[in-house]
Amino acid sequence: MTLHVEKVTWRVEDQTILSDVAVDVAAGELVGVLGPNGSGKSSLLRCIYRALKPDAGYIALNGDNVWNLDAKEAARRTATVLQETPGEFEFVVWEMVLMGRTPHKSMFARENAEDHDLVENALTQVGMLSFADRSFATLSGGEKQRVLIARALAQQARFLILDEPTNHLDVRYQLEVLDLVRGLGVTTFTALHDLNLAATYCDRLYLMEGGEIVAAGTPAEVVQPAILRKVFGVEAEVQVHPRTGKLHIVFLPAHAAVPSATAPAEAPASAVLVGGS
Amino acid sequence: MGTAVEQASQDPGETPPAPAPRAKRRDARFPLAVLALTAALLVTLTLAVTIGPVAISPLTVWQIALARMTGLAAGEWSAAHENIVWLIRLPRVFLAAIIGAGLAVVGVAMQAAVRNPLADPYILGISSGASLAAVLVILMGVFKFFGIYSLSVAAFFGSVMAFVIVITLAQNRGTLSPIRLILVGVALSYVLSAATSFVIFRADDAEGIRSVLFWLQGSVAGAKWSYLTLPLIALVIGTAYLILQARPLNALVAGEETAISLGVDTNRFRRVLMVVAAMITGVMVALAGAVGFVGLMMPHTVRLFVGSDHRRVLPVSLLAGAIFLVWVDVLARTIVQPEEMPLGVITGFLGGPFFIWLMRRNRNALGGGRS
Repeated sequence: MTLHVEKVTWRVEDQTILSDVAVDVAAGELVGVLGPNGSGKSSLLRCIYRALKPDAGYIALNGDNVWNLDAKEAARRTATVLQETPGEFEFVVWEMVLMGRTPHKSMFARENAEDHDLVENALTQVGMLSFADRSFATLSGGEKQRVLIARALAQQARFLILDEPTNHLDVRYQLEVLDLVRGLGVTTFTALHDLNLAATYCDRLYLMEGGEIVAAGTPAEVVQPAILRKVFGVEAEVQVHPRTGKLHIVFLPAHAAVPSATAPAEAPASAVLVGGS
Repeated sequence: MGTAVEQASQDPGETPPAPAPRAKRRDARFPLAVLALTAALLVTLTLAVTIGPVAISPLTVWQIALARMTGLAAGEWSAAHENIVWLIRLPRVFLAAIIGAGLAVVGVAMQAAVRNPLADPYILGISSGASLAAVLVILMGVFKFFGIYSLSVAAFFGSVMAFVIVITLAQNRGTLSPIRLILVGVALSYVLSAATSFVIFRADDAEGIRSVLFWLQGSVAGAKWSYLTLPLIALVIGTAYLILQARPLNALVAGEETAISLGVDTNRFRRVLMVVAAMITGVMVALAGAVGFVGLMMPHTVRLFVGSDHRRVLPVSLLAGAIFLVWVDVLARTIVQPEEMPLGVITGFLGGPFFIWLMRRNRNALGGGRS
């Protein structure tokens, strides 16, 4: 499954929330979108899973405009893991995951053995099968997130959207959730808050600011001190960690010394800086 | 990614292989529960007909009913008994059952549609619209040309008018947001209630005011067989539609965007839900007045027992609502004989404490987290 987003613009009254956004995710890639609060990350995701209809632009899954797809067909292609959790009405974990079958079932169809097997496999895959009868509301943040990922698995979509899947999770669960997603091998587009996690897990990154994509490329191309200073307003040092071989970002408090000239992993020449002057 | 999966199992008490989840097996037992409730409803209907100023045995009730339906007479009973059973009590008991079932089912649908546990069938101003129309009929004699049906016809149009106003005003850029629906519904209810009160206070017809107050609290007194057709059709069609939409209803309850991501066109679905719910409620209100409580509490009571899956909540609510309102009506017509109490008085006194007791007994339910 591939995602192609072209010139997507969305406004609320006079305010432009998304402006000319372009994103491409190739089959099997794990691509992250970063940006400060209010930069438009969630709005972009919402356009892709059809909670928002952009004012202009084009969003395609495997070449088909998502807004020309029937709602169920779109949901068979795209599974979304949201931060939103049900409030007043209680479901047990099994029922939550079984909901993933919704786009596959006609009005008159009953759940069959295949659906139940899919739910069981999905729960096994995220290590939550023994929680099947637990009320979803009683789970911890990490457990909830894994159940929602299981639902996405039961949905059998080949494209996965995650909206800050590591938010509010203990560090152990942050790694666990992203390891899980990485291991699925499903084409994934995820909003992330944590730059280090994004740099560690994503194949490519998009960086948003004020509704625009301001940088795009590999983690090394996007996560650079100059770009972080401009977009997030922070001083940071970016190093290649000796054990992970991945980028490691150290944020420098305002009162700390200016980064020394010897800082490693200084901007590769291939940095892609889009828009913004 | 085996490591992530292994780490995931954090409950040391669990020993693999785990037994099949209860949730998976629960479906098998569910038809039995429905069967048991259906039997309970039949018993309820029978007993409710036997109870009254003239006691009639359950056997006689069935004999009379069968004789009238099939023409095969068996056993002996007086013409007076036959009239009491066939012309007075049976239609009344059936009407109570249909109203109770309908309001409970609509309550489930409304709570899902606006994703709010405080929603009830009247959330869209339907009862206040009907009430104002009813008051105008009873106290000011409008709609007289509809004869004995003027009250029902007026109440139905009143509820439809209120519904249309709420839906129109709650629209925002082509979408119907739950919170706007609720707030517009509440605001309009205040306006219509104010108008109702205004008419009542301006009237000096004491008997009329009494019958207005009675109507506002709901009653199935004076039911006839001919009254049953319309609400029964509304109930059957409405419930069938809702049960077929159980999966989208579950998704909607789990969250607006969750439902969208699961392929539910929430805007369209919510609109259809509103129309279905308004039609059922409008018919019910037209015939029995604004019976409170059932539509709000019955769905919650049922959820405490069967969870939130609409495939279970809807049929069980229907049966439980029917049983509940039949017994409420039995009390309404017996506790202050020969006077009658409006249904709302009984549902409030009986249902309120029962529900609070039930909720406190299940300490973890309804916001406490159930495990």
